[in-house]
Amino acid sequence: MLAYIIRRFVYAIPLLMGVNILTFTLFFVVNSPDDMARMQLGEKHVTQQAVENWKQQRGYDLPLFWNSKASNPITKTIFYQKSVGLFSFNFGISDSGRNISYDIKQRMWPSLAVALPSLIVGLGVNISIALFMVLFRQTYIEIGGLVGCVILMSISSLFYIIGGQFLISKLLHLVPISGYEPGFNALKFLILPVLIAVVSGIGSGARWYRSLFLEEVEKDYVRTARAKGLTETQVLFKHVLRNALIPILTGVVVILPVLFMGSLITEAFFSIPGLGSYTIDAINSQDFAIVRSMVFLGSALYILGLVLTDISYTLVDPRIRLT
Amino acid sequence: MVVLWTDALLYFLMFILVSGSYYLTTQVQFKRPLEKIISNKTGILSLVVLMFFILIGLLDSIHFKASNNDTQAIISLLDYVATPLRTQTEKTYSAPFATHLFSKENIQVSSQESIWGYPRLKYGGANLNNPETEKLGDISRKTGLGFIKGMLVFALLLACMYYLSQTVTAKNFHIWSLLGCLIVISAILIELSCSYHILGTDKVGEDVFYQAIKSIRTGLVIGALTTFIMLPLAIVFGILAGFYSGWIDDLIQYVYTTLNSIPSVLLIAASILMVQVYIANHQAEFTSLLVRADMRLLGLCFILGLTSWTGLCRLLRAETLKLKAMDYVQAAQALGVTNSKILYRHILPNVMHIIFIAVVLDFSALVLAEAVLSYINIGVDPTTYSWGNMINGARLEMAREPVVWWSLSAAFIFMFSFVLAANLFSDCVRDAFDPRRN
Repeated sequence: MLAYIIRRFVYAIPLLMGVNILTFTLFFVVNSPDDMARMQLGEKHVTQQAVENWKQQRGYDLPLFWNSKASNPITKTIFYQKSVGLFSFNFGISDSGRNISYDIKQRMWPSLAVALPSLIVGLGVNISIALFMVLFRQTYIEIGGLVGCVILMSISSLFYIIGGQFLISKLLHLVPISGYEPGFNALKFLILPVLIAVVSGIGSGARWYRSLFLEEVEKDYVRTARAKGLTETQVLFKHVLRNALIPILTGVVVILPVLFMGSLITEAFFSIPGLGSYTIDAINSQDFAIVRSMVFLGSALYILGLVLTDISYTLVDPRIRLT
Repeated sequence: MVVLWTDALLYFLMFILVSGSYYLTTQVQFKRPLEKIISNKTGILSLVVLMFFILIGLLDSIHFKASNNDTQAIISLLDYVATPLRTQTEKTYSAPFATHLFSKENIQVSSQESIWGYPRLKYGGANLNNPETEKLGDISRKTGLGFIKGMLVFALLLACMYYLSQTVTAKNFHIWSLLGCLIVISAILIELSCSYHILGTDKVGEDVFYQAIKSIRTGLVIGALTTFIMLPLAIVFGILAGFYSGWIDDLIQYVYTTLNSIPSVLLIAASILMVQVYIANHQAEFTSLLVRADMRLLGLCFILGLTSWTGLCRLLRAETLKLKAMDYVQAAQALGVTNSKILYRHILPNVMHIIFIAVVLDFSALVLAEAVLSYINIGVDPTTYSWGNMINGARLEMAREPVVWWSLSAAFIFMFSFVLAANLFSDCVRDAFDPRRN
């Protein structure tokens, strides 16, 4: 088990290098360091000297991948200089001069404050609806539920957000439309985004869980349980739910680490100062240092999620052994 | 006649789709799933609605130079049909079926006098002398006229089909009645939209109904072309990775895990920036705004295709791994059948159901994704008509008092019915092709 985990983390290194190379190429194909300097310093009235100074300060005055002039052609390049820090999670300074690690530490809590309740409440709601549909399977209740799910799935997430903001904040004045405050005051700002995230996830979530439950319902051990004389509710909660929780939980584990990254759309609409809006701001201002750090962080968390999933499989299903 | 890249690809895709479905009907193993789709009422009805949308999209994909004016703008066949809608622009916002502008301004009564009020629209209800009293009567008269016209067209179609083929039977009643409804509704809408803005006008006075119809093509292109770009990658890499273990498998797995682990929005944002810079550096090649916007749309399709093939690839790899261990594949290998023949003859037909299901599922997801991407400005060009751009433009107007609701509602209705039809059809396809659901 330990050997497996160590091997997986060693595998992560070439993956992260690939991610890094890809981000570098994508970004520098379109942006030369000169463009970035002009962007940061303001488009007009910038002398070539100022651009050179900016590049010198930020370390963009080297060649991209291969420095033929230096004694060591690989280390004296932008790619090498900028990537080394990433692998020790030292994100350095953004192109606009802020400490990225500090910003990430500040901004991940609001992201988590939206994402975690959305996940937990959504999971509860979706499982309950799915169980309800399975309990009344082959009746009009199930058909109605399925039709409802397809309808909910067909609405764009933008409409959920706009509709929710309009109905709850503008017409009913229950909670503020957008914004964020640290501490307990955050609660009133968080209700609406969480509610909308839950509602917009019902369609696909409940349908997916229903199909998982239905797969279990038809298995032999469930038939045995029914033959023993258990009622349908007992069968559902004691046998079906427990066994179907295995794929559900492992599906949740894979996204747990990525929750830190926040949701781009939700955070932008509700102006929550999380990592999602941080990324969007960075894209819009072409701050490469931040984009690169966020891509790296996202990939690392995704790989962590994959490893955690494998481990959680062994924990909930004793038949699986990692080798 | 001007052929844009997306036009050509869209028609090519339609050709493949039609010939592909014909090919399917000749294959024995697909006979039962196809019969199941046809006998499924919801499925076939949603297919009719989808076809209706696709038809509008295809009409909008035949472009030519408008020669009647000196601007030499490129318009599509749909633009030509909807010339009144396209040209009758007002000053600014006006509500659906309004005869007056939405905001007050100075109206010149005579050379000296002017009053502060809601001016009449230039085109909306321009035929009425006294809008307050005549409007309702005029609208209902036009609705009735449209209804009769629509019924006539439908009756003609029905009669033609009855004589030409025997498809008009009691068994197909639901299909024909839905088709009738669609034709009658569009006839009424066409009749009404000639003299009213039936879904109002937007900030610059453009007809919202026209925008919503034009957006169908964008949604269609994004959904269809992206799937088309993604499929070959997913199929080739997925099957190869599953069939040949060893370094090929390792390499392909490495590539898709790398792509997968980058947050897709960031990847799309970086690539769209690249397309934008490319267009900015090659101004000379893009003669008109439309060609430039089309290039960006194509770029977006490519990018979405490159980022979304990994899911299907993984599914196909797993299925191929399973199939490889099957007796018939091993028997074929023992008999000395070449690998390429095994892949083509034994593996590919047996993973087909996964491909069909993935294609129809991805279609609606991509249409929805376009709206979100356009919102963060990394979607289609701002000058392209799309539901995402409509939502983006209308979003801020929700704060106005009274609310400008029609742009959003129009985008909502069109997008919802398009995606709902696609979703219902995809359910039907999944039911028919998924072997576990029988």
